[in-house]
Amino acid sequence: MKQKFHIIESTCVPLPLENVDTDQIIPARFLKTTTRDEGYFGENLFRDWRFRADGSPDTGFVLNDPRYQGEILVAGRNFGCGSSREHAAWAIAGYGFKVVISSFFADIHKQNELNNFVLPVVVSEDFLQELFATIAADPKARVRVDVPAQTVTNLATGRSESFELNAYKKYCLMNALDDIDYLVLQKDKIETYEKTQRHAV
Amino acid sequence: MNTLFDKIWDAHVVQHVEEGPDQLYVDRLYCHEVTSPQAFDGLRARGLRCFRPDRIFCMPDHNTPTHDQDKPIADPVSRKQVETLAANAAAFGLTHFGMMDPRNGIVHVVGPERGLSLPGMTIVCGDSHTSTHGAMGAIAFGIGTSEVEMVMASQCILQPKPRSMRICIEGTPGPGVTAKDLALYLMQQLTTSGATGYFVEYAGSAVRGLSMEGRLTLCNLSIEMGARGGIVAPDEVTFAYLKDREYAPKGAAWDKAVDFWRTLRSDEDAVFDREVTFDAADIAPMVTYGTNPGMGMPVDGRIPADAAPKALQYMGFRAGEPLLGKPVDYVFLGACTNGRIEDFRAFASVVRGRKKAPGVVAWLVPGSWEVQRQIVAEGLDQVLSDAGFEIRQPGCSACLAMNDDKVPAGKYCLSTSNRNFEGRQGPGARTLLASPLTVAAAAVTGVITDPRTIPSCRA
Repeated sequence: MKQKFHIIESTCVPLPLENVDTDQIIPARFLKTTTRDEGYFGENLFRDWRFRADGSPDTGFVLNDPRYQGEILVAGRNFGCGSSREHAAWAIAGYGFKVVISSFFADIHKQNELNNFVLPVVVSEDFLQELFATIAADPKARVRVDVPAQTVTNLATGRSESFELNAYKKYCLMNALDDIDYLVLQKDKIETYEKTQRHAV
Repeated sequence: MNTLFDKIWDAHVVQHVEEGPDQLYVDRLYCHEVTSPQAFDGLRARGLRCFRPDRIFCMPDHNTPTHDQDKPIADPVSRKQVETLAANAAAFGLTHFGMMDPRNGIVHVVGPERGLSLPGMTIVCGDSHTSTHGAMGAIAFGIGTSEVEMVMASQCILQPKPRSMRICIEGTPGPGVTAKDLALYLMQQLTTSGATGYFVEYAGSAVRGLSMEGRLTLCNLSIEMGARGGIVAPDEVTFAYLKDREYAPKGAAWDKAVDFWRTLRSDEDAVFDREVTFDAADIAPMVTYGTNPGMGMPVDGRIPADAAPKALQYMGFRAGEPLLGKPVDYVFLGACTNGRIEDFRAFASVVRGRKKAPGVVAWLVPGSWEVQRQIVAEGLDQVLSDAGFEIRQPGCSACLAMNDDKVPAGKYCLSTSNRNFEGRQGPGARTLLASPLTVAAAAVTGVITDPRTIPSCRA
């Protein structure tokens, strides 16, 4: 959902697993809808880890643990690998997350998050592990993500890191603009390119 | 001193967005029914049309059943998604190869075989296995639905330029070692995130020696190493494959195109951000034991002692044990990875004169109707039928189980598809990835078998 990003301060939901693929974030059987109902995808976020085969909640899974709440998901390295399904980003947004912190994101999923106003924040592995430890010790521990300053701070320890975000995308996030808004304004440049393109195809 | 990737990318840059990504012109957008409906809705909400409808090709593949395609799809939800694609294609003036159209099939099989995916192009689709088309000497990558909408609206996409990586495989692969095994080996060596952030060029004599089908398999699996895409420089193999295909240039335009395509190679002094080299002789037929495609091993090997416990628990395996001789419940031949004619030839070479093992459920699903026609033309249907196998109708099928082809919970499926993630082939299903030869060997023995032990096995 288009929204303006500035500073987000929240408790976190920890998912200390590596290589979480988009088939786990949202299994393929939930991709059959033809609408972009984030609520529906959010209800089925991590469906097969969150619910047992009989439909009852798996109390061992973090989303079913009432101690962990918040707008920030903290996940192990290589988050979002596998399928390009944007439904994964819709599910994360639909559940209510605004930020995902990890030490490494798969390319397509990272782009999908950005295109859905979910901010992927890449931190060092060391920062990530310390953050997992902080949250384990105190589920009420808070993290501050400052988009204008491009910093992320573990408020319990005071440790802070800067994160990458190109100036264009930062402007989009802070002003609730998306790439399509930008591209449709570039029509003249595209037509000029088409008239002058050098390649044979 | 440019790489092949640089040459194609740079020729498609409409502009560099200040302190941002490149605005890249897209030659082909493919759409399937799963990742496109919300993009069409987005255009409607913004009051936009498709900017260049002649560059967009649509076809359903993920939901299509693999039987009775001439009848309405029984599952109403799948049916609606497939019908929505047809209606959107009509409303926006796009070419649509619908179910039962002789050109229908999996988008990544159809694009190359219709001559739609050509050297030097930029190609995108809302599907991570779009990397497949890189085998034609194109820059091809998977995108999300917002990006699909972006391309529909402007024929452009905003993308940061990935870093470049060259993977050389030198030498001649041994018997029973296919392009699938090369790819599974690369994933095992480099891990599922080893190429994230990179666009890969595959080179070396083992890659040059691959058929077009083999190159398509190799590039298909680029995404499983995290790569943005993979490319093979076009050569005589590529040109011979493309000649006379429906959408390929004809006559003088063909000659002109080939002249241009011959220039599409990395310069001798091209510099890559990362280079790795492997020896084909080190590669054996591979099989996966875990829940990501990087968890692979030689089929006659043992599960690594340090294998991830969560993965082994899901699969019902123990660290250190061999997989040879383990019973298999299902086999699946197909998908955009291994649903081409060469894959059916390989499978048939193993099962010829043998019988399907009792108790094994076998799904043989061609990647397209074109592949299906070729199977019949070559008489492979008879070989397969004599061995007790039935050929189904084309589609993505059991690769991700969006249709009825679901592996039941706890059952083992030896599969030529691309992902062994938890629940990928159905909730609780246990997937082992392998080549068509290895899958065929298990199909006739009922257990994981080294295809090299079957005399007729043809790689």
